[in-house]
Amino acid sequence: MTAPTRSARATGLGLEITVPVAVLVLWGLASADSDSFYFPPLVDIVRAFGDIWLFDRVGSDVVPSLSRLFAGYSLAVVAAVVIGLALGSSDTARKMCDPVVQFLRAIPPPVLLPAGILVLGVGSGMKVALIAFVCFWPVLLNTIDGVAGVDPTLRETARSFRIPPGERLRRIVLPSAAPQIFAGARVSLSIAVIMMVVSEMVASTDGIGYFVLQSQRTYAITDMWSGIFLLALLGYVLNALFLLVERRVLRWHRGARAGSA
Amino acid sequence: MPRPPSRLATTPGTTEDRAAARAAGRDRGGRAAGRDRGGRARSGTAQGRWLPVGGVAVALAIFELVPRAGLVDDRFLPPVSSMLVALLGMVSDGSLRLPVGQTLLGWALGLGLAVLVALPLGILIGSVFLLFRATRSIVEFLRPVPSVALIPLAVLVFGVGLESKVFLAAWAATWPILLQTLYGVRDVDPVATETARSFKVPARTRLCRVILPSALPYVATGVRISAAVALILVVTAELVLGAPGLGQQINIARQSAAVETMYGLIIVTGLIGWGLNAAMARVEARLLAWHPSHREQAR
Repeated sequence: MTAPTRSARATGLGLEITVPVAVLVLWGLASADSDSFYFPPLVDIVRAFGDIWLFDRVGSDVVPSLSRLFAGYSLAVVAAVVIGLALGSSDTARKMCDPVVQFLRAIPPPVLLPAGILVLGVGSGMKVALIAFVCFWPVLLNTIDGVAGVDPTLRETARSFRIPPGERLRRIVLPSAAPQIFAGARVSLSIAVIMMVVSEMVASTDGIGYFVLQSQRTYAITDMWSGIFLLALLGYVLNALFLLVERRVLRWHRGARAGSA
Repeated sequence: MPRPPSRLATTPGTTEDRAAARAAGRDRGGRAAGRDRGGRARSGTAQGRWLPVGGVAVALAIFELVPRAGLVDDRFLPPVSSMLVALLGMVSDGSLRLPVGQTLLGWALGLGLAVLVALPLGILIGSVFLLFRATRSIVEFLRPVPSVALIPLAVLVFGVGLESKVFLAAWAATWPILLQTLYGVRDVDPVATETARSFKVPARTRLCRVILPSALPYVATGVRISAAVALILVVTAELVLGAPGLGQQINIARQSAAVETMYGLIIVTGLIGWGLNAAMARVEARLLAWHPSHREQAR
């Protein structure tokens, strides 16, 4: 890439702001007198969004969805990091677990839904358990990898200086593995959202996924679009929040990398 | 940056994965790293080779003995041997072939469509700075949108057949490839592009000889991530919409209380996911054998 000139940079910033606005305006204008059943006018969707999601159905659908998401996700991350730390520090355990973990992670998550319904019923517990189950593997794999990849010189140095194991874990192993753990946690977050939506579509009486599919089935198309918009916003906001946390926690890491480059 | 000494100490499998992840995911803080562990064969000492086998044996034994010992109700979780028997039954009477074919067809069409759309688009957006800035906020907004949110829309527009599956898989698979291509193209060594330009190398040759080769590792990672995502979406569509394929069969098996068959089919999808991932990793290694991040793999 050639380095863009100053004016190109300014134009770029302008474009970055104006193009999305232009797209929305175009969509709004193009759909304004749309009588297509599937693609209602954008204005109507936005109005429906305000009516439905600005606090009318927050308590009945958004809160249950998000609480299941967070319960399952945090369970999975905590368990995966703890178990991953244990497995990653033993070469034998790591090699023994590898194929099993690889296989369990390769199962497309939604496939587990029928099994989950069978074993745990259709309640919130099943959804939390399934979200936790599918989020567990990417974090586990990355934790194991991160722990196994701790710089041996560092590890040996710590051992030579007789730094106690607890301290070693907190000061050396965890920080070294953190970037990889975060990479896994980010993958898991998107899987968690998928699992949340699908589990609500298949077996639920509340939640955003349920609402969206139900709206489609009752041909409330504008409502369905508003639900899709909400899910899109949710995906975006969750991702942004995650990046914010990651940037905070890994600030030292970025600095270290930039310094050595 | 000096080479981290860890490459010397760990097994070749993990180092090469990490090297590939580093090469491909540098720009985005290792987004790729989460899925970067394909099912590549690990080499090592004789003992090291047997450990994974032992691990699988232990896992099978646990799943066999726990239901047999009555720790869980075997109506919900039958012993693993009966799952495998059901699975073998489906293999031998040929009833597995059709749904597997349907699922794989949806997967291949979806992924193929995504490559066709995302690769040229990524190269274009990656090489034109203003286009990159103009599309950035849209791409960054659309990428994290959970693709399953589009399921209802897909039903309305495409019905409950193959088209829906392909649309959903293609939508979901487009983003990783697009972003990886885009960042791969933007990461091409400026000295190389400038040199090519000073020598008046024509644009098309520049694309084929300079830009594509150096972006290829990124693209390969994108395709591998997308392959997994596309499979998830295909199976989800089958499960939720009842489009014919493995997901639909699993649902049918549950509704008809054929528990062993259901678990057998779940194992099949897991094996497919694992196999596709391994195949992708192998193709990638072959394709990129010349690339520095893969060279030590050639042994």
